[in-house]
Amino acid sequence: MSTIATLDLTPRPGAAPLHRMVLAQAGAEIRAVLRNGEQLLLTMIIPVLLLVGFSAAPLVDIGGGPRVDFVAPGILALAVMSTAFTGQAIATGFERRYGVLKRLGATPLSRAGLLLAKTVAVVAVEALQVVVIVAVALALGWSPHGSPLWALPLLLLGTAAFSGLGLLMAGTLRAEATLAGANLVYLVLLGLGGVLFPLDKFPAGVQHVLGLLPISALTSGLRTVLGDGGGFPGGALLVLLCWTLAALALAARTFRWE
Amino acid sequence: MPGVDSTSESARAGAAGGVPAVEIDGLVKRYGSTTAVDGLTLSCARGAVTAILGPNGAGKTSTIEICEGFRRPDGGTVRVLGLDPADPALRPRLGIMPQTGGVPPAARAGEWLRVVSRFYAHPLDPDALLTLLGLDGHKRTPYRRLSGGQQQRLSLAAAVIGRPELVFLDEPTAGLDPQARHACWELITALRAAGVAVVLTTHQMDEAEKLSDHVAVIDHGRVVAEGTPESLTGAERQLRFRARPGLNLEELLAALPPGSAAKESPAGHYIIEGQVGPQLLATVTAWCATEGVTTEDLRIERRTLEDVFLELTGRELR
Repeated sequence: MSTIATLDLTPRPGAAPLHRMVLAQAGAEIRAVLRNGEQLLLTMIIPVLLLVGFSAAPLVDIGGGPRVDFVAPGILALAVMSTAFTGQAIATGFERRYGVLKRLGATPLSRAGLLLAKTVAVVAVEALQVVVIVAVALALGWSPHGSPLWALPLLLLGTAAFSGLGLLMAGTLRAEATLAGANLVYLVLLGLGGVLFPLDKFPAGVQHVLGLLPISALTSGLRTVLGDGGGFPGGALLVLLCWTLAALALAARTFRWE
Repeated sequence: MPGVDSTSESARAGAAGGVPAVEIDGLVKRYGSTTAVDGLTLSCARGAVTAILGPNGAGKTSTIEICEGFRRPDGGTVRVLGLDPADPALRPRLGIMPQTGGVPPAARAGEWLRVVSRFYAHPLDPDALLTLLGLDGHKRTPYRRLSGGQQQRLSLAAAVIGRPELVFLDEPTAGLDPQARHACWELITALRAAGVAVVLTTHQMDEAEKLSDHVAVIDHGRVVAEGTPESLTGAERQLRFRARPGLNLEELLAALPPGSAAKESPAGHYIIEGQVGPQLLATVTAWCATEGVTTEDLRIERRTLEDVFLELTGRELR
């Protein structure tokens, strides 16, 4: 403990460039996800198990064609929801509880910078998920028929919508309530959003309502562009855009940092 | 005590840029019907250590969190380095150590400090700082597995890593063992020597007495006394002894030189103030002998900051 003389404590304040702050924080968030067992279960293991299970076994009637062609786009949508919504909501809720958000507010990293870092981290984790899920799906015999380029805006807008919903939850509820709520929403949307169970099995009136859920829009959009060779997924993008705008506007108004 | 006070005045006048590090005027903060801070006025000099001393619930943390920009005042003005505490331009210039938490429980100590250091343009070397604070063996330990004292030290490290002009430390040594406390004191002393202004809250009188240039005692949301530790404790000495309760102090005072004062507080503990010297000592012991009173623990000493503190804020627990 005698190195005090070697430290130059003379004031020399200054903020690092924004990109350095954002990358440092995003790196910390990515490490946190990859080291957290529950998060990995949610973002990697469950989607891959569902992909393998539902592709291999005739658990649902998808009405012809290889099952993996139906399941893979749904699992990609699930991956986006698990990271952008469930994982991010729970992590942010506990960061708020532990005073982490407040503590970061006392550093040069601005709130906008923090949100940018969270977005970078979410997109990076999603990229990993997509690589793993696509590799497993291809190994299971998936043959996409469409243009993967159209999948990109769907994935990005889906990420934005689910991030907005996740932050809305994390910024208003207690951390424990967010933990329970985010998992519950994940399960409900997994069941009702056309991820594994086709929406056309539901009664007609219910179908229309369920079709407006963000997960349904993402799933059906991805199925159109990756399975049916469809073009511009306008309807799905419009639904996701509405969810994004509504969720982010509400989150911005209600988010409590501590 | 004008001679002692001038040191703190010159420290204030020597402030770089002329603006005090912190200037609080008539600060008010309410939570519902509770008034936590009630017209508090305080100035903290640059390059000096200011200790805010007060019992639990006196308004210390509210005051410091308003200075840090975490809370908004309900009345009065606060300027930090001449700026509004909410001004984002202050963030790189301030170092902040909250009372608890602020670190993700799963984050590893070394990694987390390195991330925080990346937010600043000219940070200190995280490893050197961890070594200095005795945490070099815990770089890979997750925050939640650190002891309370280690967590405190990591938090202190994060407060100074960005080479700030001003640091706010909310109870920096609470829960530390003596070695760790000493390491923190050493760092705070070095910060002061390097020209950093330090504002800390504490319950610990010895900490305030040893470290600070300026002490503000606050109670019920107001400053009840302030000055250098010496000016607060006073130059006079006291004679203290223990004896059976209920001695007739009127009689004792009659035997003492004019201007002396005597009191019993608490029962059986006596304090004599005045021209404390051999003469007074002899008079007191002689009086006790004629009264058949046995004295114990008889000693001459200066008032401590703790005496001042208890006198000002009362002895009842809260």
